[in-house]
Amino acid sequence: MKKVTYRNQISKVLGISLVVFMLFSISLFAQDEAAATSDVAVTEGFGGDAAKGKTLFNQNCAACHSLTRKMTGPPLANVESRLSEDEGLDREWLYTWIKNSSGMIKSGDAYANKVYTEYAQAPMTAFPTLSNADIDDILAYTAAPRPAPVVAAGAQVAEGGEGKSSGISNEMILGALAIVFGLLIMMLVLVQRTLKRIAAANGVDLEKTKGEQRLPLWRAFAQNQFLVLVSVIFLLLAGAYFAYGWVMQIGIDQGYTPIQPIHYSHKIHAGDNKIECKYCHSSVRVSRHSGIPSLNVCMNCHKSIYEYQGNPEGPSKEDLANGYTNEFYTAEIKKLYKAVGWDEEDQKYTGNTQPVEWVQVHNLPDLVYFNHSQHVEVAGVECQTCHGPVEEMEIMTQYSPLTMAWCVNCHRETNVKVEGNEYYAKIHEELSKKYGVDQLTVAQMGGLECGKCHY
Amino acid sequence: MMNSFIKIGIAFVLVLCVTACADKESPNYQFMPNMYEPVGYEAYQEVDFLPNGSEAMFPGGNTIPRGYIPYGLENTMEGKELSRLNISPLDSLMKETNLIKGKELYDIYCAICHGSKGDGQGTLVKREKILGVPNYADVARNISVGSVNHVIYYGLNSMGSHATQLNHEERWQVAEYVMKLKQDL
Repeated sequence: MKKVTYRNQISKVLGISLVVFMLFSISLFAQDEAAATSDVAVTEGFGGDAAKGKTLFNQNCAACHSLTRKMTGPPLANVESRLSEDEGLDREWLYTWIKNSSGMIKSGDAYANKVYTEYAQAPMTAFPTLSNADIDDILAYTAAPRPAPVVAAGAQVAEGGEGKSSGISNEMILGALAIVFGLLIMMLVLVQRTLKRIAAANGVDLEKTKGEQRLPLWRAFAQNQFLVLVSVIFLLLAGAYFAYGWVMQIGIDQGYTPIQPIHYSHKIHAGDNKIECKYCHSSVRVSRHSGIPSLNVCMNCHKSIYEYQGNPEGPSKEDLANGYTNEFYTAEIKKLYKAVGWDEEDQKYTGNTQPVEWVQVHNLPDLVYFNHSQHVEVAGVECQTCHGPVEEMEIMTQYSPLTMAWCVNCHRETNVKVEGNEYYAKIHEELSKKYGVDQLTVAQMGGLECGKCHY
Repeated sequence: MMNSFIKIGIAFVLVLCVTACADKESPNYQFMPNMYEPVGYEAYQEVDFLPNGSEAMFPGGNTIPRGYIPYGLENTMEGKELSRLNISPLDSLMKETNLIKGKELYDIYCAICHGSKGDGQGTLVKREKILGVPNYADVARNISVGSVNHVIYYGLNSMGSHATQLNHEERWQVAEYVMKLKQDL
């Protein structure tokens, strides 16, 4: 017999996926396509290269204009057809506007003044360097259909489903294991019972034979005084060891990972996007504290970045298993907007703010003084030396023990940076002579004196 | 028989207790809370007598922080035009030192978008997170040291104000470095 079931598998799969794709996309694209075809009709006469236009748009326009959203300036998707339909303005008007918008406002053009007042009188930078052909390219790009975001959303839904199913399967596996173990225990019990019954049937009295022949183990143990002594000493030592270990970890919060009110990922900000630590924690340069950034610092970027698009290759499996989908991160950005009182629709601050109650991760006891700027600015210590690989941490956690032994150890091992620092020149010379070394450690500079940190 | 069941049960409960106590989301016990908890007010502490219970606040009305130098111009188009004429108040004999400091600060606060060469190709732009960052040499922008300082102070369009991260002197150092980058482009 021939196997024919899977003969056309590839074409079938392709066909089905095509149908699924169409199901999702047709309705969503319908309007875009309608708009696009009408645009093509409009733009045919002028031409314009949409790919080139995208580069130009990203370089020149995207700081203030999005295609679909209101930013500093109006959304620009299909701007040309919108203007010609609603306002009766042609491409010439756009040429003049882009090259010299403020001149147009001064000349009293009605729509120019309307837009200017509508967008909080923020004047548009003049672009005399753009040629008419460049502007044609940009307009071609704004009129081009944009299927990308819709497809991405569909893909994310599918991936989200996968993430959930993998979570369920984990639970299923654990449950199945528990059931298997339960069955094993039941079987053992049953086997033992049958064996006992067989023994009873054969006339062997298990309990009695055991009791008569052997001394119970604990009694034999109690009678051997040497063994008792040794084991008591052993138990005491072991107890002391564990008690000491437990006492010594009191007050040490290594590995402390509190849940923050807004899920802020250092991995994305400092790792993927390579933002300097000091960009947000700017007071670390000048202050004892490495301050928590106020929300205006977040808004320096998040005024423009309103959604999480993730890496081009999409979220990793690990992230999905934890529920860190793009939608999850976007929702966290919305939490920021709520706290800082940013109205996305109008691109304005409402003044309705709520403090974000961040949970402090690293906390030195009050009995010790620590100064961040001294370590970061003067000594030039990297943040990661104490805080660990923060750029890989999805959730901030305390990496170092922050104990005195840990501080002192680093002070013993670290050489002081003396090059180009006249302040240390004389002290360095004298101390080097005293200790007979070339490189002075922090400890030799007095970094172990009690009063340096405790007062 | 039942005995061994009970023993296993007890061991299981003990293990559960120990693992349950290893909680990473709450801080550990403190040895002597009297010496750990501050008597005075700490930065960012929650206190009951301030609005919202939050210590992080703006300076009181009609006061300025110590060492703060007010910036005279307003955040308007006229202010920006006026700022164009400002020249750097920093000591020109210290230019070298100022440029070194300016580069250090620029690389922290500006290069992420504007690029370390000032060509508008920072990491965030390359990753298409923030778009439309201009090149400093762009003729249409026509930046001057005074207007750079003005824009750092107030921000412009999508760029936010960086006055909370850079003080008066640091702003001018960065502005001088930006002008150097513009020259080199």
